[in-house]
Amino acid sequence: MKFSEQWLRELVQPQIGTQELADQLSLSGLEVDDVEGVAGDFTGVVVGEILTAEQHPNADKLQVCQVSDGEQTVQVVCGAPNARAGLKTAFARVGAVLPGNFKIKKAKLRQVESFGMLCAEDELGLSEDHGGIMELAADAPVGQDIREFLNLNDTIIDVDLTPNRGDCLSIAGMAREVGVLNKVAVADVEASAVAPLVDDRFDVQLVDGHACPRYLGRVIRNINPGVETPQWLQEKLRRSGVRSIDPVVDVTNYVLLELGQPMHAFDLSKLDSGIKVRLAEEGEKLVLLDGQEVALSIDTLVIADAKGPVAMAGIMGGEPTSVTDATRNIFLESAFFAPLAIAGRARSYGLHTDSSHRFERGVDWQLQRKTIERATALLLEIVGGEPGPVVEAIAEADLPAVRKVHLRHGKVTAVLALEIPAPEIEEILTRLGMQLDAVEDGWQVTVPSYRFDISIEVDLIEEIARVYGYNNLPVHTPTAALPIPPIAEARLTLQSLRRHLVARGYQEAITYSFIETGLQKSFDDQHEAIALANPISAEMAVMRTTLWPGLAKALQYNQHRQQNRVRLFETGQRFLPKANELVQENVIAGILAGSRDAEGWTAGKEKLDFFDAKGDLESLLALGGYGDRFTFVADRHVALHPGQTARIECNGETVGHIGALHPSLVKKLDLNGPVYLFEVALEAVISGKLPRFSSLSKFPESRRDLAVVADQTTAFEEIRQVVEAEAGEFLQQVTLFDVYQGQGIEPGRKSLALGLTWQHPSRTLNEEEINSAVNAVVSALRERCGATLRE
Amino acid sequence: MENLETLLAQGKQAVAESDTLAALDEIRVQYLGKKGELTSLLKGLGKLSAEERPAAGARINEAKEALQADITARREALEAAALEAKLAAETVDVSLPGRGQSVGGLHPVTRTLERIEAFFGSIGYSVAEGPEIEDDYHNFEALNIPAHHPARAMHDTFYFDAHRLLRTHTSPVQVRTMESQEPPIRIICPGRVYRCDYDQTHSPMFHQVEGLLVDRNITFADLKGTLEQFLREFFEEDVKVRFRPSYFPFTEPSIEVDIDRGDGKWLEVLGCGMVHPKVFECSGIDPEEYTGFAFGMGVERLAMLRYGVDDLRLFFENDLRFLGQFK
Repeated sequence: MKFSEQWLRELVQPQIGTQELADQLSLSGLEVDDVEGVAGDFTGVVVGEILTAEQHPNADKLQVCQVSDGEQTVQVVCGAPNARAGLKTAFARVGAVLPGNFKIKKAKLRQVESFGMLCAEDELGLSEDHGGIMELAADAPVGQDIREFLNLNDTIIDVDLTPNRGDCLSIAGMAREVGVLNKVAVADVEASAVAPLVDDRFDVQLVDGHACPRYLGRVIRNINPGVETPQWLQEKLRRSGVRSIDPVVDVTNYVLLELGQPMHAFDLSKLDSGIKVRLAEEGEKLVLLDGQEVALSIDTLVIADAKGPVAMAGIMGGEPTSVTDATRNIFLESAFFAPLAIAGRARSYGLHTDSSHRFERGVDWQLQRKTIERATALLLEIVGGEPGPVVEAIAEADLPAVRKVHLRHGKVTAVLALEIPAPEIEEILTRLGMQLDAVEDGWQVTVPSYRFDISIEVDLIEEIARVYGYNNLPVHTPTAALPIPPIAEARLTLQSLRRHLVARGYQEAITYSFIETGLQKSFDDQHEAIALANPISAEMAVMRTTLWPGLAKALQYNQHRQQNRVRLFETGQRFLPKANELVQENVIAGILAGSRDAEGWTAGKEKLDFFDAKGDLESLLALGGYGDRFTFVADRHVALHPGQTARIECNGETVGHIGALHPSLVKKLDLNGPVYLFEVALEAVISGKLPRFSSLSKFPESRRDLAVVADQTTAFEEIRQVVEAEAGEFLQQVTLFDVYQGQGIEPGRKSLALGLTWQHPSRTLNEEEINSAVNAVVSALRERCGATLRE
Repeated sequence: MENLETLLAQGKQAVAESDTLAALDEIRVQYLGKKGELTSLLKGLGKLSAEERPAAGARINEAKEALQADITARREALEAAALEAKLAAETVDVSLPGRGQSVGGLHPVTRTLERIEAFFGSIGYSVAEGPEIEDDYHNFEALNIPAHHPARAMHDTFYFDAHRLLRTHTSPVQVRTMESQEPPIRIICPGRVYRCDYDQTHSPMFHQVEGLLVDRNITFADLKGTLEQFLREFFEEDVKVRFRPSYFPFTEPSIEVDIDRGDGKWLEVLGCGMVHPKVFECSGIDPEEYTGFAFGMGVERLAMLRYGVDDLRLFFENDLRFLGQFK
C-alpha cells in the first residue's frame, strides 16, 4: 500500500524523520518497500499564468506565450498543444533547476527568445504524464512556489503488507500502528452523523447473512455532477496511486484510503426497486465497470436489484448502474462482506481490486456507519445534494463474534524468554485497540473488530514481541539432550556417491524436474508422464520419468558451446505413474560423451565406448561392498542403441538401465555421438553390506589359464556362471583377461581368455584336484555353452 | 721376488687406468687370478730358504691385498658412475601434466546444501525428505493455509489436479515428520521446491532447506540464537543479523531475517518463526507441552550471496564453464 506521509501525519505526529519512520515500520512487520518524494528534486518553479499565446513565426508546433509569474511578465516559447491564454500552469523561471540538475537558462528557439519553461508533470517528476503542460486550478495564486501550492514537500511510503494485516490498509490503520510504536496519541477521523434532508429510502434485503451480515445504504438526491474534485483530494488520491475519476467515485475511494472501507455509489435512477444481497444465480451475467462482461458463478456474492445483479459484492460495481456525469441521485453503499465470501472470487475472474484486496483480508465490521457518514459529509461539501436517512440491513446473528483471548503473563515469558513487565504489556495492547481485563494469571483480552488476525494467545504474544522489538528480545543457544543417533553402517551416503563420481571426472548437474512432452516420450515409452495443469511453458509441461532428457539437454547445451568432452551426473526424483499410484523415486544418473580421457599428451585420442560407462557405474555399484548383487542383462530401450543396452538387475529386480543413446536421438538432439547414459535407483546403490571377516589361507594359490572359443552371441556372464558352478568350492576368482575375434578364430566366434585361481584354506591343493576341476569346467562349457578350448 | 715392487706398481696403475668393469676384471685375473702374476710369485717361494720364506710370503700377500683393495675401490667407483649414468638417462620432465582422470565437481547448490546440512547435522539435526509431488493437505491445509486463504497468493502453485501439486516449500516434510515422530524433533528438510514464476530473479524450480526443532521449553531466544550463529558461520563473517516481524500462516510469531555484510545494506535471507499451535494440533502434538521453531531458507539465494553469483538462471543452465568454478 502506498500512502502520503503528510496525510499520515495529519492523524499522528511522531517526533521522527521520514527514514526513521520507514525503518520503524519495517521493523514492526510493516515492510517498507520504497520511500520516494512525491515530486522530483527541483527549485524555482512557480504558479504562472499564460496571458497570451500566439503562433511561433518560424515553427508550426510552437507557440510564443506571455507568462506572468506574479512579479513580471516574460516571453516563453512552448511546444505543448494545451498552452493557451488564461491557463495557470507550472512555470520554471530562468535560474530554476529541474530534476536531473537541469538548469533553466535564457534561450532562443527558432530565433525567438524564451525566458523560462512551462512544465508538464513528468518534467517535475510528478508522474510519467507528458500529455501537455500542467493545468492548475483557476484560483491558483500566481507567483506561489509550486512545491508549496501543490504541497510537494511530501514523501510516498510504499508498504508491502502481509496478508494478515488488512487492518493497516488505510491511513487510519497505519496511524494507529505509528501511534503504538511511538507511544503517541492518534487523532480520530471526524465523522459525525449527517442529518437527513429528504426521507428517501431504498430497501436492502440480506438474503445470505453469512456472506453479508451488514449493509448500510443512503440515498443522496440532487447532487451537482459537474463540479471538479478539489485539488487536495485529487492529490491525496494520486499519492496513494489512485486515479481521479469523478467527484463521487473519488470520495468513495478517499474513504477507502482513509478508513479502509470499500464503498460503492450507484446511480439511483438506474436501480430497479430494492436491493438484495445474494449469491448469483445460474446463468446470470454482469457488465463490470471495466467494461468486461462476466458470467457469474453461483458462489459469487452479488448486489442485485429486481432485474438482476448490479455489482459483484466487494469486488467491482456494474457498468450500467455506475455513476456518470449525468447522475443526479445516488445510492451509497457501505457494507461488510465476510472474508470467506470474497476470498478467491476476484481471482477466479482474473480480477484484483482495492476492494476485494481489503474484503479478503477483513474489513472492520463496525466501520460501516462511520464511513457512510464520512462519505456523505464529503460529498455534500463537494457535489452538494440532499441526503436521506441511513438505512441499515443487519443479520445480527451472522456478524463476527467479538473475540476474547486469554493471555497468560507466564506464557509470554515462556515464549519470549523474557519477563516483560505487566504495565508495558498493557500499554502495547491497549494502544493496539485491545481492551484488557485483568485475571489471575494475566488478562482477558477483547480483540478489536478490525483485527481479523488475532484469535489465540500466541497471536497476542506476537503483537507484544513485535512492538517490543524482535531485536530487543534475548538471544540464547538451545540446549538439548545428547543421544547418540543411529548410523546404519551398511548404508552409503549420497554424499559419498556424489564424490565418487566427481573423482571419476563427472560434473554434477541439476536439471528441471518438468520437461517437454515430446522429449519425455522419446526417452520413455513405458510411462505416461504426469502433466502439470498450469505449466509455465511447453518446455516445462510434464514430470520426468527419467533424468536422461534433462542430462541430454545439458549435454547439448555444452556441446553447442565447444565443450567436447562431457561427463555429467545428477541425483533427484523421477516420477513414475504406476497402476494406482505415483512412485517418486530417487535415482542417480549419468551421461558421457567425447573422448575417453581428457585431451593430453598421454591420452585423449580414444573415443568412449559402452564399457567406459559400465566401468564407472560398476565402480559406483561396488562402493557398498555388494557389487556382485547386480547383473547387466541385454535389453531393449526406446532411447538406446538396440545392440548396446542393458538393464541392471539387483536380486532379480530391474533397478536401472545403461546404454548408448540411440543414434536417431543423437541426431534429433543435434548431439555429437556416441553418447552413453546410465540411471539406477538410488536405494539399490546406497544399501550396501556390513563386512564379514573370513580367515586367510596360509597355503599357496594355484592358477590355470584357459582360452575358450564360444559363439559371439554367448554372453560372458553365462560362461562365468558355468565356470563358477563347476570349478569346485575352492575356486577363489575368475578373471577375464582377454577377448579376441579375428584371425585364427572362426567368423561368428570369439575367444575368451580366463584365469582361474584356487586356494584351499588348510592345505595345498594337488595337481590332480586342479586338473579334475579344469576338466569339469571344460566339459560343462562345451555342453552348456557350446564353448571349446582354443586349439 | 725382486720385481714384486714393480709388479704391484704396474698393477696399481692398470687398475687406476681401467674404465670398464670388464677391463677391471681382466686386470684382477692378470695379477690375482690362480695363474696371475702376483699369485705366481707365491709359487717361487719354494726356492727360498725356510728362514726367508715367511717374510717373503707376507710381502707378496701384502702386495696382493693392496692391489685387491685398489680393485674393489675402483669397482665401486665404476659401478657408482654407471648407476649415475643410468639414472641420468631416466630423467623425466616433471613439469609434464600427470596421467589420469580429470576431476569433476559438485553443483554449487549441492555444495551449499551439504554445508548447511553439516552445520545442523553437527548439532543433532537429522535430514528428512519427502515427495515433491505433494497433496494440498500437506502443502497448505496442515500448515494452517486453508483454501482461499490470501497467503495462497504468496505461493504461485503448480497443480496437477484439485488435490495434487508440486510442493511450494519443503515445509510439508515438517508435517510428515511430526505426524510420525514424537518430540523432541530436530530435522532439516532439504530439497527441490516449485513456484509458478519465471523471470530474472525467480526460477520455477529452486531449493529450500527447512529446519524444525520441537522440544519442551523452546523459546524465541533459541530461534534467534540458532539462526544468528548459523548465518555467521555460514558466511564465515561477523555479519550483522536483524529480525523483522513478518507473516507465515504456519508460524506465530513469524520472522524474516536480514543480514548486513558490512556495506550497510540489509538483505533478506530467510524466514522463520515459532511453530503455530494449529500446525502442532494437525500433527497431534500438544502445543501446551511442546514449543518449537521452524525456519526456511532459499539455497540458491544463499549460494548467490556466498559465491557472488549474480544471475539465478545460471544454476539450471548447467554450463560447464559455470559449474567448473565451484571445485
